Amino acid sequence: MQSVFSMPRVSRRAWKVWRRNLDVFFKTWKVNFFPPFIEALLYLSAIGLGIGTYVGAIDGIPYITYIAPAILAISVMNSAFFECTYGSYVRMYYQKSFDAIIATPLSIEDVIAGKLLWGATRSVISVSIMLPVLVAFGVISLPLSLLAIPLAFVAGLMFAGIAMCFTSVTPSIDTLNYPSFLFITPMMLFSGTFFPLTVLPVIFQYVAMAVFPLTHLVALMRMVTLPAISGMAVVSILWILAVTAIVCVISINLMRRRLIV
Amino acid sequence: MVAVNGISFSVQRGEVFGLLGPNGAGKSTTMRMIQSVSPRTSGTLAVFGLDPELEPEVIKQRLGVVPQESNLDPDFTCSGNLLTYARYFDIPPGEAQKKVDELLAFVSLTEKRDMAIDKLSGGMKRRLILARALINNPDLLILDEPTIGLDPQARHLIWERLRLLQAQGNTIVLTTHYLDEAARLCDRLVIMDNGVFLVEGKPADLVRDHVGSEIVEMDNTPEVIACVTDLGLTYETIGDQVQVASGAPRELAKILLERCRQSRVSTRPATLEDVFLKLTGRNLRE
Repeated sequence: MQSVFSMPRVSRRAWKVWRRNLDVFFKTWKVNFFPPFIEALLYLSAIGLGIGTYVGAIDGIPYITYIAPAILAISVMNSAFFECTYGSYVRMYYQKSFDAIIATPLSIEDVIAGKLLWGATRSVISVSIMLPVLVAFGVISLPLSLLAIPLAFVAGLMFAGIAMCFTSVTPSIDTLNYPSFLFITPMMLFSGTFFPLTVLPVIFQYVAMAVFPLTHLVALMRMVTLPAISGMAVVSILWILAVTAIVCVISINLMRRRLIV
Repeated sequence: MVAVNGISFSVQRGEVFGLLGPNGAGKSTTMRMIQSVSPRTSGTLAVFGLDPELEPEVIKQRLGVVPQESNLDPDFTCSGNLLTYARYFDIPPGEAQKKVDELLAFVSLTEKRDMAIDKLSGGMKRRLILARALINNPDLLILDEPTIGLDPQARHLIWERLRLLQAQGNTIVLTTHYLDEAARLCDRLVIMDNGVFLVEGKPADLVRDHVGSEIVEMDNTPEVIACVTDLGLTYETIGDQVQVASGAPRELAKILLERCRQSRVSTRPATLEDVFLKLTGRNLRE
């Protein structure tokens, strides 16, 4: 049996799977376009303006400006994660789409890689829809904030890979609730999103840095939207790239193990 | 667990070859190995002379597959399904569009081209899957229970299309639980069970060699059993019936009518189903 760390044989045909999802996305663009738009609007109004009235500023930054990059980061995480957990599970298990595709020249590796690329693309689309809203609120800087788009792709790929790992081992669609509530939700709250990590005990700050991918994404997003780029960017970028590579490889191998019998 | 063990067969170009067997016999595993999806632990397998483990994409480019379960893409219409599938085979869009029109007409779904998949009946889905399997002009068509769960009208339409494909010289490997279907369609077939082949041959030859040409059926009563035993006949009891295979059914029926008075006596041609049940037994499979 192949190791989960062995390099999967992915071909350029993976883009055909990506293309299939893009076609479906455009067919149903109305329902796909509005959620990120509304989400940005709701977060900025309720938390940024509402709670922000009481918070005032964090480290001299107006609260709404402080949380703006977190909204982007959370949306990157959620888009890719839910696409590659519930979305992929439904296609794999209920619709048997993967079986249909691997009866063509595409391999299972191509299919999973295509799904991961699509998860990352969902993140890019979400961020691209949110950016104009944030610009309209005047809470992000231009043009540096445009870097959020390539950042969304890489981090989206990371969250897609993490999601696909869970999908590859989940016994049923219901058990996908565990990573959602025990991993995604805590991460959304404790990654320096709505308050700085520095208010937490030091040990927890290290934990967040070590195991919460969102911590690094929020930090990078904040650097480009404020803008306030620091040397820590290098650490966060390397952290994200390394984890992305690892989870993508593992998830493809685990899915192969699950589906090829 | 061993799914298939020491099976050996070859399929000629233009032939319709059937894999028959109860659930769990190893049919689907065999099909998946041919499709370059499941790896094998040992033995040699050549599809178009190529090894499925070394060149799966080359083999799959030339295969058409009709799976047992419907796995059409619910996010697309009928034509959308075929067009998306065509892209997986690198068929250029213009050519694909032409092929899709042609195939929708072939399976009588031209009017449903823009219909969503969940609005199709079971028979329409099956036909669409057949069309999808033909999108790349496959050199080998693999059908896993092509008419499962269909009404007689839909089954006949599929059979008619398959015979048309057969007449055009297509090579087909199929599995089915419907033995009348196997007898109709297959040039040659194997009956397998527990991962091994039990028999191989032409449907008519298998019936003649393993059962005989006709079956005489009587009621299963102690008097009838005593009577056929007296006559020295080999018989089989199945539920409320006693069956005797014979090459001269009319003569036998006449004798039986005279000798075993209490019973109804009828004759029918032997079928592949008789062969199948004889070889694989009557126990229910999980």
